[in-house]
Amino acid sequence: MSIGLEHYLILSVILFSIGLYGALSKRNAIIILMSIEIMLNAVNIAMVAFSRYIVPELLTGQLFAIFIMVVAAAEAAVGLAIIITIYRNRETIDATEINLMKW
Amino acid sequence: MGLEIAFWILAIVGIGAALSVVLLRNVFRAALSLILCFLAVAGIFITLSADFLAAVQVLVYVGAIAILIILGIMLTREVQRGSPANRLRIPAFIVAVAFLGVVAYAMVNTPWQIASEAPLEPTTQALGAMLFGDGGFILAVEIAPILLLVAILGAIVLVREK
Amino acid sequence: MDFAFWLIFLLPIFSFIIISVFIRPFVRPESKVAGYITITALIGSLALSIWALTEVLAAPHHVVPVESIRWLVVGDLTINIGMTMDSLTAVMLIVVTVVSLMVQIYSQGYMKGDPGYHRYYAWMSLFTASMLGLVLANNLLQMFVFWEMVGLCSYLLIGFWFHRPTAANAAKKAFIVTRIGDFGFLAAILVLFFNTGTFDIGELHGLAVAGTLAGATLTWAAIGIFSGAMGKSAQFPLHVWLPDAMEGPTPVSALIHAATMVAAGVFLVARTFPLFAHSTEALTTVAVIGGVTAIFAASMGLVMTDIKRVLAYSTISQLGYMMLGLGAGGVAIGIFHLFNHAFFKALLFLGAGSVNHATGTFDMRQMGGLRKIMPWTYATFLIASLSIAGIWPLAGFWSKDEILISSWESQPILFYLAMITVFMTAFYMFRVIFMTFGGEYRGGGPEAHGHPHESPPVMVMPMVVLAVLAVVSGLWNVTGQFGAFMGNEAHSFGFFGILTQPLPWISLILAGLGILLAYAIYSAKWLSAERIGRMFSPLYTLFFRKYWLDELYENVIVGKVLLGGFFAGLQLFDSKGVDGVVNGLASVPAVGGRAIRRAQTGQLQLYGLVMGIGLVVIILCVYFLG
Repeated sequence: MSIGLEHYLILSVILFSIGLYGALSKRNAIIILMSIEIMLNAVNIAMVAFSRYIVPELLTGQLFAIFIMVVAAAEAAVGLAIIITIYRNRETIDATEINLMKW
Repeated sequence: MGLEIAFWILAIVGIGAALSVVLLRNVFRAALSLILCFLAVAGIFITLSADFLAAVQVLVYVGAIAILIILGIMLTREVQRGSPANRLRIPAFIVAVAFLGVVAYAMVNTPWQIASEAPLEPTTQALGAMLFGDGGFILAVEIAPILLLVAILGAIVLVREK
Repeated sequence: MDFAFWLIFLLPIFSFIIISVFIRPFVRPESKVAGYITITALIGSLALSIWALTEVLAAPHHVVPVESIRWLVVGDLTINIGMTMDSLTAVMLIVVTVVSLMVQIYSQGYMKGDPGYHRYYAWMSLFTASMLGLVLANNLLQMFVFWEMVGLCSYLLIGFWFHRPTAANAAKKAFIVTRIGDFGFLAAILVLFFNTGTFDIGELHGLAVAGTLAGATLTWAAIGIFSGAMGKSAQFPLHVWLPDAMEGPTPVSALIHAATMVAAGVFLVARTFPLFAHSTEALTTVAVIGGVTAIFAASMGLVMTDIKRVLAYSTISQLGYMMLGLGAGGVAIGIFHLFNHAFFKALLFLGAGSVNHATGTFDMRQMGGLRKIMPWTYATFLIASLSIAGIWPLAGFWSKDEILISSWESQPILFYLAMITVFMTAFYMFRVIFMTFGGEYRGGGPEAHGHPHESPPVMVMPMVVLAVLAVVSGLWNVTGQFGAFMGNEAHSFGFFGILTQPLPWISLILAGLGILLAYAIYSAKWLSAERIGRMFSPLYTLFFRKYWLDELYENVIVGKVLLGGFFAGLQLFDSKGVDGVVNGLASVPAVGGRAIRRAQTGQLQLYGLVMGIGLVVIILCVYFLG
């Protein structure tokens, strides 16, 4: 059986779900950030796979992936800055303890 | 045939690396697994004949984001506490599996219109033409640096010692 | 010419505006300038009214056409402001302006030094203007507006001394009781408009005469209008407000609650008379209610000890006569009695006010012997009493006789009631005379200051003028001119010729017997009032307690049925039903918020989890259901 679009998409979904699980279940904010990066990568895979199999001549999916990377880089920078600031103020980066916004 | 073997190996490595990111108790090792995962994804890009993107993946993710994350781990010294799960572990797992099942089912059962042409290769020149050429994505290209600038400024302001 | 007609109504309005805007805020209440303004305006109105009367007398069919002003156009509906200038209006204008002018002059003396002097004249001007507007109106809507305005003025003036709780309550009672009748009037206006599409009285007359407007619709409309008239004219069973309305200043009682506003009900029936004329049931209702009210009110007047209350019941009784005249005879007969009654009843009230001015009380048991002290008041009061008792050749004789004759011809039962009422009228009026002016002075009321004295000329002069009118006003119809003017056939036997008829003699003898009985009891003391009272004890109690109607209305209808039943039910519905719905609706977000608030844990990952669940659900829906 040859590798087709579905294989890449399934791979993408698996990675995304792993990232989702990590993002939802981890206490450590940095791990959550990593999980989000995995999710973004999974999306990139889907983008590129669509581009490769559906419009091979156009590369639009790859362009989207490039912009996602740009945003991901910015997100990582800001996210880490936020984490470090919280750590300075509260001596922890446990996401479950960052709950000032509750009722 | 070689492509298929490469895909399988990269997919297994990528999934394994991603699982280790979320499952390993040691944060630093998780970060290293993340790098492995990024590299695997870069390989996946090559199998999809996205050579430029693979390079960018290595540069941006492995070279910049991963380093940034390791830096964050070191600065917060949270390594000792490990990577414990919160109380939502079971529901999160259920949701993730449900999401996986639903989306995978949807994707497998969608009749994709697969094009028969061979993919464009190499892609670097074509991407450059699309990004900067007429009728391309020049506006988005202009906006992206602004976003990056704002992100840099925001990060600096946030972490600056008062 | 039209503008001159309008000016009749506008002059008192100007007076009202000037007094309330300029005089009342800036001039001391001791100043008499407000009274002079009102009197000047009314002299103008009176002159114009007399001129209008001559115009109407000269006009063909006694109608002067007046252009209407278009006021309001809504779709097909055009509402005009217009005026009717016919014989009925002209007569009413004379009545209103003459009595009002006399009362205003009288008030200069009576209200002297009252802290509310300017307010009094402002409202009197407004009342006079509203009353003139009411008689001038040519459509039902306009009429209703002025109808309510006179009701408002009546309310304001009854409660003029609003710091007295009795006055404030009487004002409310008057307003609410007349409101019940007004409801019928308004309903009738709507019924008529719904069926004919017009408010114009002339057009409605045309439709009624042509037979387009007939049957049950016409009857119910007429009865609705009559219910408005019953409220305003204090007809049984809506008469209860008028005796209480005596809490107002006496000149107010003279103008509003004797001569003009209470007669507005009679005027209303007369104005819409073609509607009644084409419905036998409605006309019979008018006659029966009128006849019953006449004897019913007179019976209560027999036993009252408050001079103004006797006069109040007398007014109700006489208004009943007018209704009887309208129902049995026609416009001319009813309005002729209204015309005469206005003068002598206003005079009686002014006399009562004069007596009160001297003695400080309205209680006749504390008066007595005023004949020598107040000769002018006594003379005019006597003339008015003779007139109301129907003694030849005074004004009351001529109009009352017409009513008796017409009721004899149409409703013999009512004729007998009316005849008994003649006797009662003479009795209670002369009871007042003998108790007030005869015998020895019994000390006056607690507010009496020093010896009683004759009222100042400014009060006596209007009484004299009205006394002259009370003598001569009846002569208008001696040869049937008034009936002809109104467009009705009327009996005319001539000045002495009438004495050849049997009916007038019967009524004269009855009136004479009434006077004699009053003399026997209250002056010569041949009979003891107490002993007669004990002899007819149940009747006396019945009359004195006013047939327990006040108790029936206040305790049973208002207290039990309305407050205890209907309003209590409404209150229950309001507190449990309406409030329950509102509170329930309000508590849904409150309780719900309190419950849902728990979800706001501040745990970002929980939010993410819920988002993930939502995402799965959406995908499931889109993919499997869509």
